Amino acid sequence: MDEMKEVVKAYVIKEYVEDDTELTYDTPLISGGIVDSFSMVSLKRFLENKYNISIPDDKATPEAFDSVNKICVLVNEYLK
Amino acid sequence: MSNIGSYDERIKNFDWSIAEKELDYQPGKVINIGWYCTDRICKLGKADKTALIWEGSAGNEKRYTYNDIRLASNTIGQFLRDLGINPEDRVCLFMDKIPELYLSFLGVLKIGAIVQPLFSAFGDESLHVRLDNAQTTAIITQRKHAPKVRKILDKMPYLKHIIIVDPDPAKPLNDREVAFELEKMPKVDQFEIHPTLAESPSVLHYTSGTTGQPKGVKHVHYSLISQYLTSKWVLDLLDTDIYWCTADPGWVTGTSYGIIGAFSNGVTQCVLDAGFSADNWYKFIGKHKISMWYSAPTAIRSLMKAGEEVIKKYDLSSLRHLASVGEPLNSEAVIWSERVFGKPFLDTYWQTETGSMMITNFPGMKIKPGSMGKPFPGITATVIHPETYEPFTETGKIGLIAIKPGWPSMMRTYWRNEETYNKKFQNGWYLPGDRSSIDNEGYFWFVGRDDDVINTGGHLVSPFEVESALLEHPAVAESAVVAKPDFVNMEVVKAFVTLKPGFVASKDLDLDIMNFVRKKLSPLAMPQEIEFIDNLPKTRSGKIMRRILHAKEWGEEIGDTSTLEND
Repeated sequence: MDEMKEVVKAYVIKEYVEDDTELTYDTPLISGGIVDSFSMVSLKRFLENKYNISIPDDKATPEAFDSVNKICVLVNEYLK
Repeated sequence: MSNIGSYDERIKNFDWSIAEKELDYQPGKVINIGWYCTDRICKLGKADKTALIWEGSAGNEKRYTYNDIRLASNTIGQFLRDLGINPEDRVCLFMDKIPELYLSFLGVLKIGAIVQPLFSAFGDESLHVRLDNAQTTAIITQRKHAPKVRKILDKMPYLKHIIIVDPDPAKPLNDREVAFELEKMPKVDQFEIHPTLAESPSVLHYTSGTTGQPKGVKHVHYSLISQYLTSKWVLDLLDTDIYWCTADPGWVTGTSYGIIGAFSNGVTQCVLDAGFSADNWYKFIGKHKISMWYSAPTAIRSLMKAGEEVIKKYDLSSLRHLASVGEPLNSEAVIWSERVFGKPFLDTYWQTETGSMMITNFPGMKIKPGSMGKPFPGITATVIHPETYEPFTETGKIGLIAIKPGWPSMMRTYWRNEETYNKKFQNGWYLPGDRSSIDNEGYFWFVGRDDDVINTGGHLVSPFEVESALLEHPAVAESAVVAKPDFVNMEVVKAFVTLKPGFVASKDLDLDIMNFVRKKLSPLAMPQEIEFIDNLPKTRSGKIMRRILHAKEWGEEIGDTSTLEND
């Protein structure tokens, strides 16, 4: 789980953080305006590719994607 | 009783002078939106009234009275004037929904310069084409967005000043950058406002078309007349209202109704600078006791998707009146809002070029869910034949929406693009580029766009711009971009792509291309789906037949394929 958190956090920083904002596992991503609802689609795609899973669209909610911790909980639900 | 009273009575003998008189504006005299939104409200005895309640994503809050926004806009105006910004220079606002965005908008107008608001999620290429077209003199931004400006700075010799509103004291400023921290500046009480006239340019908003680069829509200070009155009669703004316009001022709703309409009516308005979540939004409404809520179909459908349990957690009894804009509001959303909030969202139809509402549902009027409503008083609108450009004489016919030019907030031209501007008019009508029908009671019913522009979440995306960006990706040989149906956003961007030799379609390449477009243009323009195909459908002369791909996505008849290359 910790490794996954680091992978997800590093990806979010690389792809969505424009400045030197520090990110923790609990930083609000969607409600904090770091990842917008359109960009969430590419983050979901990354998770699906990386972990070879399929996240149903109705589970990919702004709430479920709102922090690295929440994302990892969601991913773990779909890992075999 | 609503502000508009009886719609049928209002359309009789309507004249825009109603708004001129209410605003004490005399034709030919000075009219400055910045002044009307601040100084005038103070002169009316509301200097201590709260003008703006701003809340950040962490729940932090700032409040400004009308006197505060008067002083702040003076201070910003003075700073810009001291930098050497002249009337009619273009000053770009490239910020999140922070207070400085709203206050700078008014400050720029006060010195007679032209505000060029741009959506802060734009990538460097989207930013560059718009600044280049406007030959922008200065940009006001945050340090988080400054890297995008720095990346393209060498290509913009005309951009003299990059004004950073939240500089990092530990880091030196770069070339052409200047720090401006509003809260540290001495407040300017006495300020000479530039004597703009009705036709003086005010705002330059950019919008996308099917082909070519984005167009700069030029508005003038006289637009205030329409924006003030439509806010009063359609949004039904009352002195006691707490108003929330959810739009970003990077787009026209966020300025016409998120700044000008609200402040010129002297109401208290709230701004939430945080990403969307149903919980956050309902909490915000309950906390600030919002009474008038102007939002968008995409947001409403997202709230529908979030379910009704979450609504029960909050007290939303303050809501008095709801309206929507950006794309057609489906009847299900109207019925849903009436059930869960006890009042329907009233759809309003207009666009960047019109500057204010054109066809809308009015308070007190019979609402037909799914209808656009009726023309605002003073607006002559109809549906015309797409070839003869003559109005239909029968009801129910689908044709082009057509509006008689001449309302106060109509665009005056496309910036440096008079030719495209002239093409918007046919047979004495202005054509917004949408299709609809009119029923036997005079209600308009939206059918769709008359071109290939994609309306995603209420924002127009040019397929041409996305296709051009895709071609810059090293793996992409050819591309075609169309709209794909989507429950929440109405439409999303879908790309069909052929690859260059040596590249193989894969999930990773798909994601790489998505991110490439997102960073170059914007998250809105990012294809939500990419389909790799061997060949794009083309005419024998080599033109990509986008309509075939569009029909496939929408399950429509493909139509005439006689010119198809490989037929």
